[in-house]
Amino acid sequence: MSVLVYTESENGKFKKAALEVVSYAKAVADQMGSTVTAVAINADNADSLGIYGASKVLSITDDTLNTFNAKKYAAVIEQAAKNEASNIIILSSSADSRYLAPLLAVGLEAGYVSNVVEAPSSTSPFTVKRTAFTNKAFANTEIHSDVKIVGLSNNSFGVVESGGTANVESFSPSLPDSGVTVESVDKATDKVSIADAEIVVSGGRGLKGPENWGMVEELADVLGAATACSKPVSDLGWRSHGEHVGQTGKPVASNLYIAIGISGAIQHLAGINASKVKVVINTDPEAPFFKAADYGVVGDAFEVVPALIEKLKAFKAQNV
Amino acid sequence: MKILVCISHVPDTTSKINFSDGGTKFDTNGVQFVINPNDEFGLTRAMWFKEKQGASVDVVSVGGAETEPTLRKALAIGADSAIRVNTEATDGFAVAKQLAKIVTDGDYDLVIAGRESIDYNGGMVPGMLAAMTNANFVTNCIGLEIDGTNAKAVREIDGGKEAVNTSLPLVIGGQKGLVEESDLRIPNMRGIMMARKKPLTVVEPTEANSETKAVSFEKPAPKGAVKLVDADNIDELVSLLHNEAKVI
Repeated sequence: MSVLVYTESENGKFKKAALEVVSYAKAVADQMGSTVTAVAINADNADSLGIYGASKVLSITDDTLNTFNAKKYAAVIEQAAKNEASNIIILSSSADSRYLAPLLAVGLEAGYVSNVVEAPSSTSPFTVKRTAFTNKAFANTEIHSDVKIVGLSNNSFGVVESGGTANVESFSPSLPDSGVTVESVDKATDKVSIADAEIVVSGGRGLKGPENWGMVEELADVLGAATACSKPVSDLGWRSHGEHVGQTGKPVASNLYIAIGISGAIQHLAGINASKVKVVINTDPEAPFFKAADYGVVGDAFEVVPALIEKLKAFKAQNV
Repeated sequence: MKILVCISHVPDTTSKINFSDGGTKFDTNGVQFVINPNDEFGLTRAMWFKEKQGASVDVVSVGGAETEPTLRKALAIGADSAIRVNTEATDGFAVAKQLAKIVTDGDYDLVIAGRESIDYNGGMVPGMLAAMTNANFVTNCIGLEIDGTNAKAVREIDGGKEAVNTSLPLVIGGQKGLVEESDLRIPNMRGIMMARKKPLTVVEPTEANSETKAVSFEKPAPKGAVKLVDADNIDELVSLLHNEAKVI
């Protein structure tokens, strides 16, 4: 009857979101008077999840699972849930977890609630708070089915060390055939993705052209941040679609979001609203973004950003 | 090839979101409804398959009579016929179940839905529909080519993209990239006139339970005023981010 949590890894190393979902699962398990069992696929150091509250880890090692496959991964988690008689399953909000979650929900006849931002406000009826209307509102949502799946919004709960130990058991589920095979993956390995980033630096049309993105990238580099852009910038082809954040692009839930030359259309603000601290740099003091931001600089990005890079470098040099 | 495009009837992206009845209901007062943007990218791609590969394209929506203008707009864009499942869209599971019946009865080869609706953002209907109808499934889809029963799709992943091979029957969770923003079509007068004559069939719902229920809504706490930092004093910004916001 443990709370089951799926922990994602990349090249054997747990993602930060994996540690966050285990921390969250521990909070849910404490509320339920239960324990946490983690599912880890091809991950090294599975026992390290004990630090964040897992008491047991089902560890799967299988080369055919080196490439993510939604159907196969859902089958692994489904069998783990059945083995453990788990009726609460916690997932992250990564692209992969969102992909497999609905398949898992049908397999387990479970109610699935995505974009959850807090520990349950009640366990009976099981009630969680989630974002809706693309971050313009929250919905308190009850799950009525026996088995429940919670998709936790990234950076909403945080990583919490509870300092326990975990028993690692190897687990060998049977894998279904999948009608989807990966032909190639195109992923920048040296860059932080928007989904994983704690800090996101984003540029808008105020930057005048793609040739001016060097300073955005440099600022992101100094901060260890991901780069993003507004919708007009991606529509104009200055930056790839993968960087477009907003209502029809990617949602951002970072700790710090820095908007450079972005006026702050309602659709853009909706997409980035879940970020904790927002900074805007814009020449126009009337830009709507100033109403949504925590900190603002009215000024020319071409002067402010290089100054910020220089100051941050000095700050980093002193605070390492 | 028979294509079904699932259409969600959602508030326009510029809508102000308010709630009525003590925060338990979405207040539709003064709200303009549109085709869910993620669905519209899919519909536009479907039009391409219709024009280049001779596919037929039907659209479907689960909802009350108020969703019909949205379906008519899809017909004006070029879909051949529309289906409305006459029941309230209570949760993703129930909607997927209604759609699964339509897909099975209509024997569709390709189903294109948006990766998520911009109102409830559940992001679950396409995947559930694929699992319920035993179809292959690709979501966050930013590229799709069909050749016979083979399909090549591109999926956006965190930090990049992935090319996959799959086959029909297939369910797609579409988004921007499936076609470009500039490819979207505004219905012309001829399309609007023709849409009036195209069939819009209302079907009664099948038995489906909701697994989840949004019991109340709240809006984010109002923000405090922005703290302005002088452009000549960027040291102060760094210090605020470090000492006050504690994010660097």
